[in-house]
Amino acid sequence: MSLIELTGIERVFTLGDSEVHALRALDLSIGTGEYVAIMGPSGSGKSTLLNLLGLLDRPNAGTYRLEGRDVTTLSGEEQAQVRRERIGFVFQSFHLVPRLTAAENITLPMMLAGIVAAERNERAARALADYGLTDRADHRPDQLSGGQRQRVAIARATIMRPAMILADEPTGNLDRATGEDVMELLEGLNAGGVTLIVVTHDPVLGSRARRRVMMEDGRKVEDTGAA
Amino acid sequence: MRPADVLRFAAGSATGSPLRTFLMVLAMSIGVAAVVVLTALGDGARRYVVNEFSSLGSNLVIVLPGRSETGGFNPANAITGTTRDLTVEDAAAVARAPSVLRTAPLTIGTSEATYGGKLMDVTIVGTTADYLAIRRMEVAQGRFLPAANLGQSMSVAVLGAKIRDELFGAEPALGRMFRVGDRRYRVIGVMAASGQGLGMNADEVVVLPVEAAQAMFNTNTLFRIMVEAKGRESIQRARKETLEILMARHDGEEDVTVITQDAVLATFDRILGVLTYGVAGIAGISLAVAGILVMNVMLVSVTQRTGEIGLMKALGAPGHTIRNAFLTEAALLSATGAIVGYLIGQAGAFALRLALPTLPAYAPGWAVIAALGTALATGLLFGVMPANRAARLDAVQALSKR
Ligand SMILES: Nc1ncnc2c1ncn2[C@@H]1O[C@H](COP(=O)(O)OP(=O)(O)OP(=O)(O)O)[C@@H](O)[C@H]1O
Ligand SMILES: [Mg+2]
Repeated sequence: MSLIELTGIERVFTLGDSEVHALRALDLSIGTGEYVAIMGPSGSGKSTLLNLLGLLDRPNAGTYRLEGRDVTTLSGEEQAQVRRERIGFVFQSFHLVPRLTAAENITLPMMLAGIVAAERNERAARALADYGLTDRADHRPDQLSGGQRQRVAIARATIMRPAMILADEPTGNLDRATGEDVMELLEGLNAGGVTLIVVTHDPVLGSRARRRVMMEDGRKVEDTGAA
Repeated sequence: MRPADVLRFAAGSATGSPLRTFLMVLAMSIGVAAVVVLTALGDGARRYVVNEFSSLGSNLVIVLPGRSETGGFNPANAITGTTRDLTVEDAAAVARAPSVLRTAPLTIGTSEATYGGKLMDVTIVGTTADYLAIRRMEVAQGRFLPAANLGQSMSVAVLGAKIRDELFGAEPALGRMFRVGDRRYRVIGVMAASGQGLGMNADEVVVLPVEAAQAMFNTNTLFRIMVEAKGRESIQRARKETLEILMARHDGEEDVTVITQDAVLATFDRILGVLTYGVAGIAGISLAVAGILVMNVMLVSVTQRTGEIGLMKALGAPGHTIRNAFLTEAALLSATGAIVGYLIGQAGAFALRLALPTLPAYAPGWAVIAALGTALATGLLFGVMPANRAARLDAVQALSKR
């Protein structure tokens, strides 16, 4: 059974009188444990697709089945729960809460899920150790390097053991070497069984993925691993 | 999200921007402190006046000559408008009424007192023996006016404490003769110093028998008749009986005004009570202003933290969790402001009491509760709009905003 099953997805943005078709007639199926790179020129709808997959946005038409369940019809509350438990986000600009320490940023999803403080702290400490951030636990984001920030963000994205990680240009704000490290980290997670979907401009990064989906003008134009 | 975590998160975001938090707490605390201090002042003034009146003596009914102006124009009086004298005999007649314990006629005037070459202006109070009990005053030396003047000399006087000091200095005054106007009086008593009393200071009077005072001022009418009812419950009956007796004695004409001390007191109580509500209301406006400030600052905060709100949504926070977090933050800020303001206000009231020891400047309980309640309510009320705005933010747009 595939993890993600998109059929006939349309996403139209209306700006005044004009309509922008960010996604058109999109069918996409992604299995559990896959490593997919979504590629394409700017404005081709990559981010729109990722936001739909992450339940941050709703399609105008079509259905989205996640783990066999139609999630497009869920209430906002139910979608939030799915995001909490099944989806981890990694952003280009890290999106760490500036007033919180690295450890506190990592505990945030567990706090939202209502996990007790003792367990939160224990799991956060383990994650910090796993990502080599133990001595940075009490540092605020502005006291961390870009690579460290993205590692904190990845630790936060994985702390709830989600089924999939959605990363939109995760290395866009990093230099090449640090970007490599971050990609290796994400690929390591994928090797552990997590489905990894990465949006990127970079053909070099894209070529690392086992499967590449090429987007153009809201359409899927190429899919190396289409089932 | 657990309630304790919501609280911790909200407290964290409040302390995360100290200046914003400080300003909001300041605005809120100024409002609350203003309510506490101003109501302490108003209520203190009210209690001060009430206490002062109580020191006049209790269960008092006062008779004034003439129809009360407050009664408005009375055509009956306009036709037969002759005001009869209020006399010592009237006072004696009223004293026989069943609800009346005792009465004292009162004649007031000013004159000059001389002793040993010293001369001073004094207030003369002409009255009878019962005046002492009615006014709850005490004699320090000697005795007060004798109960019955029959056959005795009218030329006796009781001195206020201050008059005694200034006229006689270190000399013993008791038994000495001194002059008031062109007559000589023997000092038979000195009043205990009181320093109290509205209108005139009881320490600065010379008390003479009422007949002597009337002779001195060449008048037959009294300034007042002080009537003491037998008890608190019989004040209104005493008032009615007094009026009936005096009307009967004055050919059925209602040419006197009878007021009860209760009524005067109640009027002052009411006026000053309303005043206290008034200042509380004015101070309350500053609380509303503080509430609007809270709203603005929270709105700015929502705008500044758009990215954070988007992130929280991406991490799976439903709208109501975000609304709760912002509402809790608004509540925390206004509660802190309320508590700080309460402490500042109580400190202010304490300073008032130090500066004006006679003024019992304590903020009334209702004012404190109202101020704290209003602070919390406005904080929450004005926090709702920003919190809803935060909860409704579109996650994708919030995340893309940097
Ligand atoms: N909220 C929106 N309102 C209107 N148009 C939008 C909105 N979001 C995206 N679009 C449009 O939809 C199209 C696809 O946008 P999207 O952000 O998915 O592109 P992208 O492939 O991620 O591009 P990039 O590589 O520059 O990030 C673009 O034409 C964009 O202008
Ligand atoms: Mg994009």
